Amino acid sequence: MSDIKKIKNDYIDKLNTENNIEKVNNLKSELFGKNGIISNEFKKLGSISVVERKKLASDLNNIKDELQNKISTKIQEIETKEINLKLEKEKIDVTLPERNIEIGKIHPVSQVIDEISSIFSEIGFSVEEGPDVENEYNNFTALNTPDNHPARDMHDTFYLDNNKELLLRTHTSPVQVRTMLKGKPPFKIIAPGRTYRSDSDQTHAPMFHQVEGLHIDKNINMGHLKGCLNYFIKEFFEVDKIKMRFRPSHFPFTEPSAEVDIGYEIKNGKIVIGEGNKWLEILGCGMVHPNVLKNVNVNPSKYQGYAFGIGIDRLGMLKYGINDLRAFFETDYRWLSHFGFDPLDVPSNYRGLSR
Amino acid sequence: MKFTVDWLKNHLDTKFNNNQIIDKLTNIGLEVESFESSTSELDTFIVAKIINAKTHPNADRLKLCDVDIGSDKTIEVVCGAPNAKNGLLTVYAPPGSIIPKNQMKLSVSKIRGVTSYGMLCSESELLLSNESDGIIELKNNKYANKIGEKYFKNTSEKVIDLSITPNRPDCLGVRGIARDLSAAGAGKLKINKKSNLKYRGNQNINVTIKKEKAQGCTIFGSCLIKGVTNKESPKWLKDKIKSLGQKPISAIVDITNYVMFDLNRPLHAYDADKIDNEIIVRSSSKGESFEALDNKKYILENDMCVISDRSGVLGLGGIIGGTRSGTEYSTKNILLESAYFLPRSIRKTSKQLNIDTDAKFRFERGIDPLSFEEGLIKASELIKQICGGEISNLDVKKIDNYKKTIINFDPFLFEKTTGFNVENKELIKILEKLGFDVSKNKKILKLVVPSWRPDITQSIDIVEEIVRIKGYEHINTSEPIKTRLKPTLNYYQKLFHFLQRSVASKGYLETVTWSFTDSKINQLFKENDEEIPIVNPISSDLNVLRNSIFPNLLFYLKKNLDRGFKDISLFEIGPAFKGKNPGDQLTLIGAVRAGKVSRLSWNDKERIVDTFDVKKDVIQSLCEAGIDKDDITIDDKTPSYYHPGKSGGVYQNKKEKNALAYFGEIHPNIIKKLDIKTEGLVIFEICLDHIREPKQKIKYSKSEYKFSDFQKSERDFAFIINKNFKSQELVNIIKSVDNKLIKSVRVFDVFEGENIPEGKKSIAVNVTIQSEEKTLNENDLDNINKLIISSVESKSGAKIRS
Repeated sequence: MSDIKKIKNDYIDKLNTENNIEKVNNLKSELFGKNGIISNEFKKLGSISVVERKKLASDLNNIKDELQNKISTKIQEIETKEINLKLEKEKIDVTLPERNIEIGKIHPVSQVIDEISSIFSEIGFSVEEGPDVENEYNNFTALNTPDNHPARDMHDTFYLDNNKELLLRTHTSPVQVRTMLKGKPPFKIIAPGRTYRSDSDQTHAPMFHQVEGLHIDKNINMGHLKGCLNYFIKEFFEVDKIKMRFRPSHFPFTEPSAEVDIGYEIKNGKIVIGEGNKWLEILGCGMVHPNVLKNVNVNPSKYQGYAFGIGIDRLGMLKYGINDLRAFFETDYRWLSHFGFDPLDVPSNYRGLSR
Repeated sequence: MKFTVDWLKNHLDTKFNNNQIIDKLTNIGLEVESFESSTSELDTFIVAKIINAKTHPNADRLKLCDVDIGSDKTIEVVCGAPNAKNGLLTVYAPPGSIIPKNQMKLSVSKIRGVTSYGMLCSESELLLSNESDGIIELKNNKYANKIGEKYFKNTSEKVIDLSITPNRPDCLGVRGIARDLSAAGAGKLKINKKSNLKYRGNQNINVTIKKEKAQGCTIFGSCLIKGVTNKESPKWLKDKIKSLGQKPISAIVDITNYVMFDLNRPLHAYDADKIDNEIIVRSSSKGESFEALDNKKYILENDMCVISDRSGVLGLGGIIGGTRSGTEYSTKNILLESAYFLPRSIRKTSKQLNIDTDAKFRFERGIDPLSFEEGLIKASELIKQICGGEISNLDVKKIDNYKKTIINFDPFLFEKTTGFNVENKELIKILEKLGFDVSKNKKILKLVVPSWRPDITQSIDIVEEIVRIKGYEHINTSEPIKTRLKPTLNYYQKLFHFLQRSVASKGYLETVTWSFTDSKINQLFKENDEEIPIVNPISSDLNVLRNSIFPNLLFYLKKNLDRGFKDISLFEIGPAFKGKNPGDQLTLIGAVRAGKVSRLSWNDKERIVDTFDVKKDVIQSLCEAGIDKDDITIDDKTPSYYHPGKSGGVYQNKKEKNALAYFGEIHPNIIKKLDIKTEGLVIFEICLDHIREPKQKIKYSKSEYKFSDFQKSERDFAFIINKNFKSQELVNIIKSVDNKLIKSVRVFDVFEGENIPEGKKSIAVNVTIQSEEKTLNENDLDNINKLIISSVESKSGAKIRS
């Protein structure tokens, strides 16, 4: 018995100092192989007395377990060491740059159009569009602005023919005309799009963007107009309170007409919307003129409602602190990268307009 | 429209202070553009100090002075004054100043070889006294702290500048503005004093308004004022004229101008002695001409309303007078005209001749046809008062009588339109103060519209008047009505948004460029479209509507390349025009990609962007927007601005006439013509209008979910095939062998050259075969393999590579 114990101790010592996985395996076969020391000891059990056998078997089993544990622990230990060593060698510099990222951007005008559409969608408006080239009738005459009307001078119009029959629309209002001519009331639409005036300086571009709004039903009054725009401006500027002022004005196609100012102040050189005692004009609106309704075959004694027109570019400039209107259309890579929006940043009501 | 508060108070009794008046004007729709002092010629004169006065090198009597003019600036002035000495405080006039005494404008000048910047002034030069011996000596205790400040206080009254909308001609006169303010509770409109003017004799210059079809004049009132002494206007009148931002001319001209701005009643004064016998108001004939008071000669067309005498045209009625009959200081006898001209006629004539005057501006918008008498009387009184003379009886010629506008107004329309109620009593009061004559007939108000309000013709105009005067702040803010009539976006609008963001997500920057472009660039891209010129372009290089998005996109690409950027991806989504009628336009995406992929990458090999980069972008974008990739086929016919061998068209269906998209390299000739310098340039375009709207009724329902758990097998084939044979055809041939079993075919290698015969190429494909019913055995697979090879060989002339 003491022999076995000695053998065991010898092997434990050997295993303790051994670091080579092959040699550990050799020791394992020396002990447990077909003719291994421990295997042979087990074979001897048959030739001894029952009493002794019990004792010896139990001892042998203990020794066997102890050695086997030792071996497997050792193997695991060596393997772990080897793997760690291998991984250590494989180490790379993860601060090296990633593969090139190509970042695209959405133009601020598009982003603002999406924001506006999202807000008006919440209160039931649908989007209509019209062509950029219009005839004189849809752009002016149907909108109660006959040829001899001085209000035509307020629009510097681009013409496509010498008879001034075809032109680039000076506002999005002709979409009102088209929408009402092709359908039946009620109407509840917004119409964003490109508009054109032959005007170019620091604050004017020959092309800009407007969104038209139109809501015609049986009992739509100026209170609804105020409510709708109040809602829109609050949502758009993402503020709880907005200072808004309706001022009487004149547009041939609405009556009564109003211009809408919002309160603002300059804080640290930046414009803050909704506070302060300065006023900024942001849109024109009014009740659709009965003459316009007659022109599009809507009975003004049955139906009435409001229309508005908002300058999209200007709204975007205000919200996002962009100073120069003309830069919108100059395609400067630096400007587009700086002021553009991530394509996944889709304005939506549930997630909030801007991120 | 400019005026001072003082002037306003000639017509309005008010306790309002300036700010209250300003606010009220804005609230009733008379937008205040500005409220500030008019600038004075004297503003430029400032207090200055001579720091160092030394003798002029070339003239003993002159001195060179270093002068402190405040804000750390010192300038050198040549001065002849004996009293100019170190430390003297005096008045300095910079270049550009106008010296009150002689009205000379100062400029930077060399005096005896030394440049003098401005001048130091004497009292006499500033009209303060006759003292001209030396420059002003200012007292130290009073002025020592004021160096650099204005010497003269600006005493001119503050001027209100209103932007009057075109519907309100009545507010182009101060009295009209006062009337509006009084209606809004800002004071009481003063009653015009009854004139006790004495008339002597008749207006004996015969006036005829010819009855012609195109006659633009309906009323011509006049009177003669004999024995006047024309002169400079008195100070009060000059001040009024200056506050309008105009220059006083002479008492007679200033008075007619004053009355125009006071009552919105344009007048014209003729030197009666220069009129040849009589006045004839008639339509012009083509070719007639006259010299106008703006010193320009105008050649007239037919049917312009002219005031003439026997010798010819004197002036254009209601627009501008002529020099031949103009008043001068020597004028002794005046014919004063107060007429009514039709807006339409005025507008037409002034547009044709391109003339804009204050009178034209007013007649064009419509002045009060009944005001001619009031204007004549007011002006005559002033002329008599200032210039003396005797006034004849008034002579009035009319060819048309003014008809009153009457509106039967139902007050309910007010509440129906504005959403709030105003008591009848208040409503009537507002209208009466605005000059309406109101009588009641049960619930309906019968309103006689005042003659100065040509803009008011129907009930809605009355609603506007009442709500404007009552105040827009009374309108309620109702909760938005959320009812929806139809979906927010239709299919194509959604497609627009999907594709826009989908393309951007591939690394393209979205831009927005003009819808017009340079015809020279446009013609490279217009294909068979007609050119659409703009009659009045903003500049000659933006002179046509764009037939394609690429002219602008490439123009700006070049600009960015010139800025030093090398790898650029840009796109725009917007209109391209196919004709000049409304609706002849397509919504397109145009995209350009220039430079390299993986430039300066430490781990990837850099390469020039190529056709397959944009092919991926375009196909992936289309798929993301909902187009089934399996429906897409590619063709190699593309517009002429593409590289003929390296571009393709994308079709949603083989039979479709119009391509959804094109992609590829741009034609080298175009790159050369536009002088674009870049390593690589590929483009793509998508035409949204050519994408078919799916017919599916329930859009959100997905197609049936089918999958197979049976084992799939992959087989590789390599074919030797004609070089021009399209890989797409090969794939289709293989797929058509068994649409059910062949799940996918992928081209994984294309090879030409070594070991491949001339004019041939090798294409290797990987075919995935899987059944939905069973596991295929070797036999099944062998059969399919054989079928694939035989089909390809027979249909394409290819040979399997062994």
